Amino acid sequence: MFYRENGQFKTSYRADQQIFTIRQDKVAILALILAAFLVVPMFATDYFYLAILTPLVIMSLAALGVNILVGYCGQISLGSGAFMAVGAYGAYNFVVRMPGMPLIPALILGGLCATFFGILFGLPSLRVKGLYLAVATLAAQFFSDWMFLRIKWFTNDSPSGSVSVNNLEVFGMAIQSAQSKYLFCLAVLVVLALLAKNLVRGAIGREWMAIRDMDVAASVIGIRPMYAKLSAFAVSSFIVGVAGALWGFVHLGAWEPAAFSVDISFKLLFMVIIGGLGSIMGSFFGAAFIVVLPIVLNLVLPALAGLFGMSISTAGISHAELIIFGGLIVWFLIVEPHGIAKLWSTGKQKLRVWPFPH
Amino acid sequence: MAFFLETLFGGLMAGMLYALVALGFVLIFKASGVFNFAQGAMVLFAALAMARFAEWIPQWTGIESKLLANTAAFVIAAAIMFVCAWVIERLVLRHLVNQDAATLLMATLGITYFMEGVGQTLFGSEIYKIDIGMPKDPVFLLDSVFDGGVMVNQEDVIAAVIAACLVAALSLFFQKTSTGRALRAVADDHQAAQSIGIPLNRIWVIVWCVAGIVALVAGMIWGSKLGVQFTLTTVALRALPVVILGGLTSVPGAIIGGLIIGVGEKLSEVYLGPYVGGGIEIWFAYVLALVFLLFRPQGLFGEKIIDRV
Repeated sequence: MFYRENGQFKTSYRADQQIFTIRQDKVAILALILAAFLVVPMFATDYFYLAILTPLVIMSLAALGVNILVGYCGQISLGSGAFMAVGAYGAYNFVVRMPGMPLIPALILGGLCATFFGILFGLPSLRVKGLYLAVATLAAQFFSDWMFLRIKWFTNDSPSGSVSVNNLEVFGMAIQSAQSKYLFCLAVLVVLALLAKNLVRGAIGREWMAIRDMDVAASVIGIRPMYAKLSAFAVSSFIVGVAGALWGFVHLGAWEPAAFSVDISFKLLFMVIIGGLGSIMGSFFGAAFIVVLPIVLNLVLPALAGLFGMSISTAGISHAELIIFGGLIVWFLIVEPHGIAKLWSTGKQKLRVWPFPH
Repeated sequence: MAFFLETLFGGLMAGMLYALVALGFVLIFKASGVFNFAQGAMVLFAALAMARFAEWIPQWTGIESKLLANTAAFVIAAAIMFVCAWVIERLVLRHLVNQDAATLLMATLGITYFMEGVGQTLFGSEIYKIDIGMPKDPVFLLDSVFDGGVMVNQEDVIAAVIAACLVAALSLFFQKTSTGRALRAVADDHQAAQSIGIPLNRIWVIVWCVAGIVALVAGMIWGSKLGVQFTLTTVALRALPVVILGGLTSVPGAIIGGLIIGVGEKLSEVYLGPYVGGGIEIWFAYVLALVFLLFRPQGLFGEKIIDRV
């Protein structure tokens, strides 16, 4: 009833090419962003910020980056954790080696390091594709695991590869409290998400999608596969790298190479697939699903076991978590292979035609 | 020289185990086009089942003989793997026909988590020992040629023999039986095979069963050398470069790729490692496979794919 585009006539190309062509969408998204900035801080507690909101925001950003590569350009990557690690350690090195380096340039430089690393390990994509590439990108993952553990230069000669940063500040404002961490990450997310959205709906995004759908046909109509694939690797690893730097600097504070293990690569791929391949919105849904699910399970499972008069050990919880996680992934793939984003758009379509089914 | 030979031999033995796990990948990919990430979890699951039943059977029935207990445990574990194959086909694969490769890959990752969780819930998450009575003592060969001889572990040799027998049996199965022929037909073309009356669902169950048996043998050998524990799943990650080096669809490729990776890993660790800080085993195989792919994208024995618009 309220979700209708009736009467919203577009009289210029500009109006026709907006991100959200329906006014209600625009209002809803703006309201959502405003709420994230203004309303959430009014009631969220520190636990809520540190355990759910900040990881959620950073992982959404990382999933967004992975989605550009996997969802828009069709290059399956299992090395996203490595790009995060390069972003984090790259930014760390700039901060340590250049005293007085402000946070935002450090993040950008860290992202650029990840871009370089991404292009380097994206080179095989020119020769191999599909599953071969998925395995080949694991090389990036294992190489970075080793690099940050063994080559002391990257970690400023720390013996175990663990590093820490403190006294973060942006424009003179300290990023210490849980709330300021969340707000800072959210601001970065909004900026980069807008950027990514505009990229994927522009010429380059169309090239990526053409390569994804059929690379041979795309090159026949004049799209350069090398340029398109490597630019997807570059943009994707920049965003993932910034997310990695945020994860290290803002969320963890002190981290070691294991924080960016192959596990995180798998999780990022899950987020993209469950959220919806080739959908910016889907990255957020996927990240929310993967970040919140373990927390919910940790709360619900012991309560559920208590209900039946049983007690469940910590190991039992972690095993049950694995089972439920695996089961849900399979279930999701079967029921909705296009991800939560598809459910979302189906819901919107239903709303548009409501109360008539067609 | 003797040291070099020892390293080489150790590499070949490790490569044999990689090849066994890689074989599981190749079998499933060949017959169904599914890149089965769950192979590592299957190895863990099978090995856990076998280790625990070998421990439980003497307790329950009072059988003293180790051989009998191990055989029974092997049979039970194999039966469990059959059930797993059937359940996976029924609940997962059947619903995902015609989905793209990435979705199928994710589904097997889901299966991985599921099997890891179920396996550890049922069988416990400690370190277990599989004792199939392999002799542990090293023997020294060629001591007339080199000073002190070349040290070779007997259990390595036995493991290699078991693996070779398994591979021979699989080749016979694929080449000589009608089921094997059906499997190869499905591998070539799902639709064509289905249209001449080969039941796709049954073929999938059979293939996953065979992969389950391969996983069981790999888990048994690995478990008797190093014990059964959670890290066994990482074996699958070690075996992935083997698959892409050998070609995703080639059984001989898996074996030769396994041997190359095993030898390359050991030799590089010993002779190259000290110069770059050590521990290069974890990425050497991947980077080797990556560089190789740049020159021959389909792997050593893979089929060359020609794209047409």
